[in-house]
Amino acid sequence: MAAKPTFGQEISNLLYASHGNPLTNCIHCGTCSGTCPVVDFMDQTPRRLIGMINADLKEDVLACNTYWFCASCYHCTVRCPAQIDIADVMYAVKRYSIWHKTYSEDLVGPTFSETFVKTIIRSGRSYEPVLAPTYMFSMGIKEVLQEAHMATQMMLKGRMPVLPTKIKRLENFKKMVRRIIPMGGAK
Amino acid sequence: MKKFAYFPGCSLEKLAQSYNNSSVETTRLLGVELQELEDWNCCGATTYFHVDQLLAYTLVARNLAMAEKEGLDLVAPCSACYKNAYFTNKYIKEDPDLAEHINYALEEDDLQFNGTINVHHVIEIFVNEIGVEKIKSKITNPLEGLRVAPYYGCQIVRPKHNGTDAENPHFFEELVSAMGADTVDYPERLRCCGASLIMTSRHAALNMVRTLLQSAVDCETNVIATACPLCQVNLECYQPQVNEEFGTNFNMPVLYFTQLLGLAMGLPPKKVGIGSELVSAAPIFDKYLKRTVR
Repeated sequence: MAAKPTFGQEISNLLYASHGNPLTNCIHCGTCSGTCPVVDFMDQTPRRLIGMINADLKEDVLACNTYWFCASCYHCTVRCPAQIDIADVMYAVKRYSIWHKTYSEDLVGPTFSETFVKTIIRSGRSYEPVLAPTYMFSMGIKEVLQEAHMATQMMLKGRMPVLPTKIKRLENFKKMVRRIIPMGGAK
Repeated sequence: MKKFAYFPGCSLEKLAQSYNNSSVETTRLLGVELQELEDWNCCGATTYFHVDQLLAYTLVARNLAMAEKEGLDLVAPCSACYKNAYFTNKYIKEDPDLAEHINYALEEDDLQFNGTINVHHVIEIFVNEIGVEKIKSKITNPLEGLRVAPYYGCQIVRPKHNGTDAENPHFFEELVSAMGADTVDYPERLRCCGASLIMTSRHAALNMVRTLLQSAVDCETNVIATACPLCQVNLECYQPQVNEEFGTNFNMPVLYFTQLLGLAMGLPPKKVGIGSELVSAAPIFDKYLKRTVR
């Protein structure tokens, strides 16, 4: 029987562009953590997260907010002396957590991303107002009011779409999506 | 007139209409035509990649295939669209297996992508295709005395792609000096604005925006120039929230570099989308533009 893959191998398998397991090249220098503009708000630093993946601490990795707080700015990626595409690793862990529904419940990111993708595979274009409810629930009254005020101002300046737009060859587009993700009867 | 397939992206339809108008107008004045790609679809921003990577590449490839069909290189003004298109193009060219998967899906829309085109950010059209010297020769209203902070953000320089310096780029500064403005030596020019964290991790993102705004104020900036709709919205529209959260008093205009360039080339403010700002840019024009642009 084949050995069960380690968590590091599972994550590496989710990386299209970088073949093999780049994570084992990590020398734990901490350049990523020193570079990251969001590090102060993460449960674990990027360096520690890579160490935890390599140590097969799957549950601990998935329970922390680190990978969902990655803004994909790629600053760590361009500086990594071991040429690990760290931002891409964060993407891979995000995908893993969405497919396995293992992300921490108080995060907004996963629902936001799923709603965004659903909007696009239905219409071909994104539409901001549909996304608002996915993150508004995480806010207090004051923030919701601020957000509504801003949206109104944007609307007055003609910067908010009133109606969603659709692409013309939407039927072909939907069939194209189904060749990648079989969705059964789901709409 | 040199022609490109123009992929505006969802943000430029409404949210960043001023970027759309000013990009089309300024390139036209400089002898480049941006021909909008017919029936383009959303590039997926960062969120497709959170859900499924192959789907993300496929949806981007549809736009690439349509540009290839026209025989034109693709131009994107949004940095996230640009990054997605640039790297999808690169990976499809390098990986026949990925190309096969994607082309199988593209068949449903009677498309095929062979990887024969290149992808550019609109700022690269100004810098590489048109050139700073030609731009200088078209400036009729030099923005003398206006202190402009060139804000690169992330994805026009990162991840690394051919021919760019990810740690110390200087093309944006050159473009700003070509407009006759004073280029601010802006220390945070490459630091992330928070991107979609403004929706998903509000507190973290507001902190990031504050850092950028404070640094601009410390450098006596009059206006921040951006090349990305998400950077523009985060830096401009969330200033009231930043002020509320941190007790600051920011009131910093944030414009697209194409708007400033259009004004410097004598285009009427309306034509480059001036007037849709939430933080008014009017004071800087009254003070620094040599003669009234009409």
